[in-house]
Amino acid sequence: MDEEDPHHGNDHHHGKEHQAAPSDLALRVAALESLLVEKGLVDQAALDALVDTYEHRIGPRNGAKVVARAWVNPAYKARLLTDATAAIAELGFGGLQGEHMVALENTPKVHNLVVCTLCSCYPLPILGLPPVWYKSAPYRSRAVLEPRAVLEEFGLHLPADTSIRVWDSTAEIRYLVVPERPGGTEQLNEEQLASLVTRDAMIGVALALAKPPGEAT
Amino acid sequence: MGGMHGMGPIAPEHAEPVFHEPWEGRVFALVRAMGAWRKWNIDASRHQRELIPPADYLRMSYYEKWLTGLIELMIKRGLVTRAEIASGRASPATPKAQPALTADKVATLTAKGSPADREVARTAPRFQAGSPVMTRNMNPEGHTRLPRYARAKRGTIDRIHGVFVFPDTNAAFQGENPQYLYSVRFTARELWGDQEHASPDDAVYIDLWESYLEPAA
Repeated sequence: MDEEDPHHGNDHHHGKEHQAAPSDLALRVAALESLLVEKGLVDQAALDALVDTYEHRIGPRNGAKVVARAWVNPAYKARLLTDATAAIAELGFGGLQGEHMVALENTPKVHNLVVCTLCSCYPLPILGLPPVWYKSAPYRSRAVLEPRAVLEEFGLHLPADTSIRVWDSTAEIRYLVVPERPGGTEQLNEEQLASLVTRDAMIGVALALAKPPGEAT
Repeated sequence: MGGMHGMGPIAPEHAEPVFHEPWEGRVFALVRAMGAWRKWNIDASRHQRELIPPADYLRMSYYEKWLTGLIELMIKRGLVTRAEIASGRASPATPKAQPALTADKVATLTAKGSPADREVARTAPRFQAGSPVMTRNMNPEGHTRLPRYARAKRGTIDRIHGVFVFPDTNAAFQGENPQYLYSVRFTARELWGDQEHASPDDAVYIDLWESYLEPAA
């Protein structure tokens, strides 16, 4: 259970996200699934396939490949910034909740941050399903009001002269932040570069990693 | 809930799983599988979750909200009865259906998605990039994607996304009524007043439909 996770020990707000007894909800959901199967409304193999797709097949590694390609290939980057849906499709990604993509480029002077204040809109084909914090009341309420304070909580301090653009995903447009390529990464190949691109960097609450994870200092 | 105070700190979870409990994955999959019946649309689905009473909405976990919305929509649209939900058994009189979504169709569903843009012959967009606009001060009882924090505010058109399904009517099953969708830039100062820590260039970009907007001088 996440309350045991030291990263949010005493945060009762997050705890609320999982407050209801799981056994009760698990029973209710199992009963509902069984009813819908009995009525012939759902196919359990389809449910299994959907869970498998988003647990194992679609996730932020997709988006990382897009960003790494943009870092090494200026023509691709230009296409990504002009028509992100088509450019992302070049790498084989797209579809449900990524039908209309826009890519936002971070620069030394502009930092982009993505939120959905109204619900939980998120670019599924390139980032997978959103983390709980992205869907939570604290992020949804505060990202538009005090983005600098929010970024500080993620450990990201931006200079006062960097302007922040917050993108509230109120329609069916889904946003991908293209973080800046870290300095000193000229020798890395595209695959190594992709390992620098985290989910959080593509939402805009972090920068890209300075070096591949696990690499010695 | 953009701009609300008091929701607490953001609590990112280390090494967060896609689903915290198996039932969450089943709810996610049930929502997708039942959506394939096309008895409702994504806007009706969002609206149904907004109809959860606010105190419950804040208490419930994300997928509990999805479960609640799904059950209410299925009842409202005649796919199940409240008695069936309560008993967990299909009423004897109902014929057995064939599932709308089978496992072999899942890959197509996720890869194709449901584009929300529409090619509709109509007049030119009312606004162009750079046009100054005012958002309407509207407080509808039903669904809308004009966030409360952005009503009666002055902004500037950043770009035209195209012609998109209008959620306010689509959610109420009153038709898609597609209209132009714009990205509108609002300065943080316009939305929130003077902020100690904001840069004058900090801004929030919101995707808004044409009928939410009026020309500004």
